[in-house]
Amino acid sequence: MSDIPRSSGQFRRLGELDRAEVMIEVDGKTVTGLVGDSVLITVLNSCGGLRKADFGGGNRAGFCLMGACQDCWMWTADGNRLRACTTPVSEGLQLITTSSGEDLWPIIG
Amino acid sequence: MANHRVIVVGAGPAGVRAAQALVRAGLRPVVIDEADRAGGQIYRRQPEGFARTHAQIYGADAAKAKAVHDGFAALDGSIDYRPRTLAWTLADNILHIVSDGEASVLPFDALLLATGATDRMVPIPGWTTPGCYSLGGSQIALKAQACSIGARPVFMGTGPLLYLVAYQYMKAGVDVAAVLDTAPFAAQVRAALDLAVRPGLLARGIMFRLRLMAAKVSIENGVTPLAVEGEDGVTAIRYRLASGEERRIACDAIGMGYHLRSETQLADLAGCPFLFDTTTQTWRPEADADGRSPRAGVYLAGDGAKVFGADAAEAAGELAALALTSDLGLPVDEARVARLRTRLKMFDRFRRGLATAFPWPSTLAASADDGVMVCRCEGITAGTIREAATVKDAPELNRAKALSRVGMGRCQGRFCGAAAAEILAAARGVPLEQVGRLRGAAPVKPISFTAPAREPA
Repeated sequence: MSDIPRSSGQFRRLGELDRAEVMIEVDGKTVTGLVGDSVLITVLNSCGGLRKADFGGGNRAGFCLMGACQDCWMWTADGNRLRACTTPVSEGLQLITTSSGEDLWPIIG
Repeated sequence: MANHRVIVVGAGPAGVRAAQALVRAGLRPVVIDEADRAGGQIYRRQPEGFARTHAQIYGADAAKAKAVHDGFAALDGSIDYRPRTLAWTLADNILHIVSDGEASVLPFDALLLATGATDRMVPIPGWTTPGCYSLGGSQIALKAQACSIGARPVFMGTGPLLYLVAYQYMKAGVDVAAVLDTAPFAAQVRAALDLAVRPGLLARGIMFRLRLMAAKVSIENGVTPLAVEGEDGVTAIRYRLASGEERRIACDAIGMGYHLRSETQLADLAGCPFLFDTTTQTWRPEADADGRSPRAGVYLAGDGAKVFGADAAEAAGELAALALTSDLGLPVDEARVARLRTRLKMFDRFRRGLATAFPWPSTLAASADDGVMVCRCEGITAGTIREAATVKDAPELNRAKALSRVGMGRCQGRFCGAAAAEILAAARGVPLEQVGRLRGAAPVKPISFTAPAREPA
């Protein structure tokens, strides 16, 4: 069996498309979402990930979508952080997937 | 009437029914909820402006979801509702909250915790690859945001949510690649008598299975998950059948989970004692049949106290509120209390049936290879936990946490704790309950140091 082609983002929209568009930036690239999306939903409909893991540096794309696992914290361009699954998307948001000031630590053991 | 200060934490089925009962008793509770809209996770709502009906989102549960939502909406003006608010710790009888970035404190006479549950997880190689989600998360993408976690997802694990989510995705038009259940089919047959106390739900479970089969979705029972393949995104799942044959299914997303675990951090911080539940092999806060904890003034209801589903949570929420009301010296309807107790007994038998039908795969969790990342937050491997257990001689989970940092990350052990306990117990050669449980620690979720404190009103 061949692998599934991943043409755009990780997620697929199944409906509710009749909403106004919202433009944000992810790593300087324009990404279009819809009003009512969480940040996670907007980003993952265009991108394959949200952040780098603090330890090991692998790509992460959230996990629980209910504010429990904390695996979707993203950086904003002004140096703050937001939890992508519980933050509604808003026009002009500038997000960064790779940490700006923090180092990434290797996995041990 | 004296102004009793009563707080309900959580606005899912348990919290909503509790708040209604408190208002009926003449009280005006504060209701704290992290979400923007009430309903909890099972009846999670879509944002304002979305067009789908309750029937489209919740299927056969639409009437129940609507009753919870409408019931809560009718409380407007009768309660002090605080959405988008996190209760992050409590000390004595003061609850500490952060609401829209602003910190404050709420003193209380009685606290009713309806904190819900999250998916119980077993780590396998590659489970942190983008495209892997919890079953609960997979369902939220669909219900709350009308999205699929991928173009061709596999659903894997065990528990009632496994079949429900797969069915909901199929019905939404998604090409579901497979349903992989670690429980043998024989276990589900064995549990039929206990599950038959709720014939409607049992029939629905069977219907999900039949409809998935009719849609040519491959369903495998008794599987052993081996590894998620893919570097920057999921490309396949490898697993072993009960026969020993290894298989690989191409997919671009995996929804995984092994039934649920209670969110017990606030009960823990409140000083509630915990007991080991042998049915589910989990620790849970003690409470009497009505939801009264041994800690005076603290009441527990819903999946946050004992995982037995949304219908039971509604009954448990109301019953705990009646216990609270009675303890405040207010009159309660004893006949109603008796009816709710009878209902909860029936739900408890169903709960035991689910544990038989979809057993927690303890061996799978305990036997994770040394290189498997158990803690997603800080990249702690099974090998590091075993080293803490043996070389560093950690006899229980909190010591193992101190030595290995498993459970120390941002999720506070919600997603690694169950497996870490199994790995530790196996490495020590002791029963699971002997390694204890991760203690709750404040803040129960990350909060910003910049949150300004508001003066108490």
